[in-house]
Amino acid sequence: MIELSGISRDFQVGEETVHALADIDLTVPDGDYLSLMGPSGSGKSSLLNILGCLDRPTRGSYRLDGREVARLPEEELSRIRRQHIGFVFQFYHLVPRLTAAGNVELPMIFAGVERGERIERVDRALREVGLSARARHRSEQLSGGERQRVAIARAIVMGPRVLLADEPTGNLDISAGREIVRLLEERNARGLTVIVVTHDPDIGSRARHRIRLADGKIVSEENAVADGAAVGLRSR
Amino acid sequence: MSFRDLVGFAIGALRGHRLRSGLSLLGVAIGVASVILLTSVGEGARLYVTGEFATLGSNLLIVFPGKTETTGISPFLTEAPHALTLEDAEAILHHVRSARRVAPIVFGVAAARVGDRRRDVGVIGTTSEFLGVRQIRLRSGRYLPAGELARGQRVCVIGSKVQSELFGARNPLGEILHLGEERFRVIGVTAPRGLSIGQDLDEIVHVPVSRGMKLFNKISLFRILVEISSHQEIPAARRNALELLKERHEGFEDVTIWTQDSVLATFSRVLSLLTAALGGIAAISLTVAGVGIMNVMLVSVSERRREIGLLKAIGVMPRQVVSAFLVEAALLSTAGGALGLAAALGATRLMRTMYPSFPARPPFWVLPAALSVSIGVGLLFGALPARRASRLDPVAALARR
Repeated sequence: MIELSGISRDFQVGEETVHALADIDLTVPDGDYLSLMGPSGSGKSSLLNILGCLDRPTRGSYRLDGREVARLPEEELSRIRRQHIGFVFQFYHLVPRLTAAGNVELPMIFAGVERGERIERVDRALREVGLSARARHRSEQLSGGERQRVAIARAIVMGPRVLLADEPTGNLDISAGREIVRLLEERNARGLTVIVVTHDPDIGSRARHRIRLADGKIVSEENAVADGAAVGLRSR
Repeated sequence: MSFRDLVGFAIGALRGHRLRSGLSLLGVAIGVASVILLTSVGEGARLYVTGEFATLGSNLLIVFPGKTETTGISPFLTEAPHALTLEDAEAILHHVRSARRVAPIVFGVAAARVGDRRRDVGVIGTTSEFLGVRQIRLRSGRYLPAGELARGQRVCVIGSKVQSELFGARNPLGEILHLGEERFRVIGVTAPRGLSIGQDLDEIVHVPVSRGMKLFNKISLFRILVEISSHQEIPAARRNALELLKERHEGFEDVTIWTQDSVLATFSRVLSLLTAALGGIAAISLTVAGVGIMNVMLVSVSERRREIGLLKAIGVMPRQVVSAFLVEAALLSTAGGALGLAAALGATRLMRTMYPSFPARPPFWVLPAALSVSIGVGLLFGALPARRASRLDPVAALARR
């Protein structure tokens, strides 16, 4: 459960203070499927960074599973990211010198997971994204869609509660993008909270819980579940 | 995270840019190798000199005229008001109890001639005792005859090189050798020995001391070598000899007496200093290598911004980022150090085969020192890049393509 109240994020640009986020209140229940939409500069990436504990809000309260995390020191935030949060980025951010398996293994190496268990979990994660056959390939030998699937495997391998995807299909063709969305929704169906930042309305509208941002403020919030409406899975 | 995993990660990162890693590793290798090589040469010089002093004979006092005003190996002598004479040498032998043998010495260079072959030779005027004191071995004939110091016969003993150059294959024994205007009968040839304390004994002609003094028109001896019967007696013998000579020289303390120990200690000290200085100079290259590592690591950090950003996003703690980069730098420098060590050991071995008389040998502490210094260099010069990496803002690092 994520509870944001009165979250603001200011940036100092020269003399000027830019309000990237202004007074955001948002509740994301466990297992939610949330899309953040809005034009560039609307604050959706800033919000995602704060949700992912990569960035700290200037003001406001962020409670993650009941724990106030907005003012935690960097070390603690790292621990939270490691245990509770998975990231998927538009540009995949795979480490180019590592194989697909090596990239998936990375979070576990630094989390101190035993080698035997790492191998097992890498296998499982790659199987779940359908890339077992590509485990020994380096990222330059993989297509964009495959790279993003490796990134998803890496994001889920530590068993997080929340998966944050920043324009996950932004660099992919339609069919590869569809496959990524399918994978994310599959994780969501199995209980993972999925938060997607996108400017693609077809993808954004698939989420049960939809937020539009403009100028750092939430301008609309629709929640199919809360509204009692059935969520139709429109095809793209 | 285990240390093994950390090292594995670092090795993977280093292999990601082999040329760069290899070059900075080479820098450390050169630095470490030059430190070891130069200290080996210094240490070799020290061993060589101390070894040479050992061949000088044991338990030696070296008396020479004049008073040293400063300590050190290069004596600045004041004018001696009294000559150091043969009588002084005899007095030492008779009155210093523990003096076993006394060898007075004059030294000069003279033109030697045999038939129409000529060359300049060093001439030592001394006595029969010189043989034992300097541990000289003869190849043929005999050494200078014992007898009264003042009455020298016109005989000489020649070095092996003097023999081959002036007599060729002929047997020189009984032949006449001209030194300046004087004729000397050759009675012995010394065995080849090579350099000893800067003198090539193979190129020396030995003549009776009184002949030598006449030849060079000297009234004072150059040195008196005094062999003391045991090592423990040396300080007392030195004091006795000093007092004796002061008495004989009307109360002037105008001679200096070195003990072999003190000369050895001085040389050893000077050469250790030389070794340290050489090592210090070579350490500059090690510092340069360290800066090279720092540079490579800084390049690596800025090139791997995305990777570092990602590591932070997946929950790698700042101190883990620091240790990952430190381990990387330390691996580079340690591998470089090991390479440099191997190269230097090989080079010193080669030097020993090429110049067997010069014991170029790394000092014993070189192995642990080289390895710990190279690890230290890596950690020291890796610290700044590692900190920079750990402070990278993940949001900014990941935002860039």
